[in-house]
Amino acid sequence: MPTAAAISISGLYKTYDNGFEALKSIDLEIRKGEIFALLGPNGAGKTTLIGTVCGLVQPSGGTILADGHNVITEFRAARYKIGLVPQELTTENFESVWATVSFSRGLFGRSPNPAYIEQLLKDLSLWDKKDNKLMTLSGGMKRRVLIAKALSHEPDILFLDEPTAGVDVELRRDMWQVVRRLKEKGVTVILTTHYIDEAEEMADRVGVINKGEIVLVEEKDELMRKLGRKQLLLQLQDKLEEIPDTLKERGLELASDGYELIFTYDAQAERTGIAGLLEDLNAAGIRFKDLKTAQSSLEEIFVNLVREQQ
Amino acid sequence: MNFHAIRAIYFYEMARTFRTLMQSVISPVISTALYFVVFGAAIGSRIEQVDGVSYGAFIVPGLMMLSLLTQSISNAAFGIYFPKFVGTIYEAMSAPVSYVELVIAYVGAAATKATALGLIILATATMFVDLEIQHPFVMLGFLVMTSITFSLVGFIIGIWADNFEKLQLVPLLIVTPLAFLGGSFYSISMLPPFWQTVTLFNPVVYLISGFRWAFYGVSDVPVIVSFGMTLVFLMAGLLIVRWIFKTGYRLKS
Ligand SMILES: Nc1ncnc2c1ncn2[C@@H]1O[C@H](COP(=O)(O)OP(=O)(O)OP(=O)(O)O)[C@@H](O)[C@H]1O
Ligand SMILES: [Mg+2]
Repeated sequence: MPTAAAISISGLYKTYDNGFEALKSIDLEIRKGEIFALLGPNGAGKTTLIGTVCGLVQPSGGTILADGHNVITEFRAARYKIGLVPQELTTENFESVWATVSFSRGLFGRSPNPAYIEQLLKDLSLWDKKDNKLMTLSGGMKRRVLIAKALSHEPDILFLDEPTAGVDVELRRDMWQVVRRLKEKGVTVILTTHYIDEAEEMADRVGVINKGEIVLVEEKDELMRKLGRKQLLLQLQDKLEEIPDTLKERGLELASDGYELIFTYDAQAERTGIAGLLEDLNAAGIRFKDLKTAQSSLEEIFVNLVREQQ
Repeated sequence: MNFHAIRAIYFYEMARTFRTLMQSVISPVISTALYFVVFGAAIGSRIEQVDGVSYGAFIVPGLMMLSLLTQSISNAAFGIYFPKFVGTIYEAMSAPVSYVELVIAYVGAAATKATALGLIILATATMFVDLEIQHPFVMLGFLVMTSITFSLVGFIIGIWADNFEKLQLVPLLIVTPLAFLGGSFYSISMLPPFWQTVTLFNPVVYLISGFRWAFYGVSDVPVIVSFGMTLVFLMAGLLIVRWIFKTGYRLKS
């Protein structure tokens, strides 16, 4: 039964055998075809969350649907749709790239399709390495092999657990390219990362998890809009008792006992209104000795969120 | 049934054998040949006959069983332990593969290897002694069933073991002694009555006895009992594996 959600998690919690509560009542919907970035500090529960969806971790409670299929009771239908690139680089040593990717396809119940695997390896710049043994590959190459393995059965949903950890800048950009192409093909991508700029660059939506709880899920654009709001801080020469009527409409704020004017504007708008403001200030005879701009980054929002919780 | 998955794992496991041919085929054959030299030639020349069979020929079924048990266990145990150890098991655990399919693939591959090894050892034995097999199909039946049963045991050990030491422990401390004491090199009837009774608690006795019956028509316990016991071991193994996968024991956190 197809539904709108690629992944639908409700009331999920996980307590490990040692009593540690790694997930506390998670509710989360991942939409079909979106790129969802899951952010969170070390030990937040990102890998655990992915593990419960993919069958590596047994949930202690709650339900998980993948494309409408319960991942436990209908594990075949669910897992068929899902590809997973794990956080750790774990590969066979003696297998060739071609053999290991073909193996994965078989494991997921697909009949062999050399043409598809060839294209896949070419897309991931692995084609010239197809006969190499895995142990002869660099870390970045191995990461690509893991991606190729995860895509070998043509999944609709791909989990990337920190795909760019320990990867150089160039390879990171390549990785982003790969993910974008997947999105174009309609694949839903869920990735975890510690790099905020990565989430900014790629994601349609961003989720923040901390201490086993989802603390925020928001459209990236919405976040960027908050983020896009910049402030112009003007340090005044003389104390200002109140904002003159001529400037009231500009939405200025007075701070620092009247020694500072704060102007909030949209940095991404065509016209920021800064030029006009400065003219008006001049006309009103308000002088300033210094000015600076400030912007809250996603990183700040993120850090604040995480700190608030503690 | 996910036949593609069974095929993929089965052939992967078989390929692993060929990569480690030295360890998985040649070394058991050499050690069997050594047993023949020591027990068959050196000791056998003094013992002459047991149960109307020349000593050299008498020990063949026991030797085959000895290799079969140790090799199926270590092969199957390593086959599942290693992916667990390096972490590549994540893939099988996240694939649309049921535990039945996993068992068929892993245990099937280990049992295939063990059966082939048993036949190779049999061929090696014919170079040292004259052999006739009275019930070849029964012999094959026991060979295959034992291979499967002990590959299953190995599979369970491989899942249970969380370090290399444990992996070696069971074959070394339990299976090999049981096989030696299970009548590989002697007939149970040669023991004092008390030890004959004790020996009946050794499961390997039933395997070797039945196997020897297939060769020479002589046995320590009735062949039907041997057959029944082998089935019991097989069932017990299957039940344990079922429990393992149901609970995710040592496989899922
Ligand atoms: N098998 C386990 N048994 C007990 N606790 C565990 C187990 N696996 C993970 N944990 C704990 O659960 C918490 C969440 O771990 P998880 O790996 O999901 O974090 P993460 O968000 O992926 O972190 P990172 O960014 O470091 O990868 C951690 O505190 C971790 O110590
Ligand atoms: Mg993690």
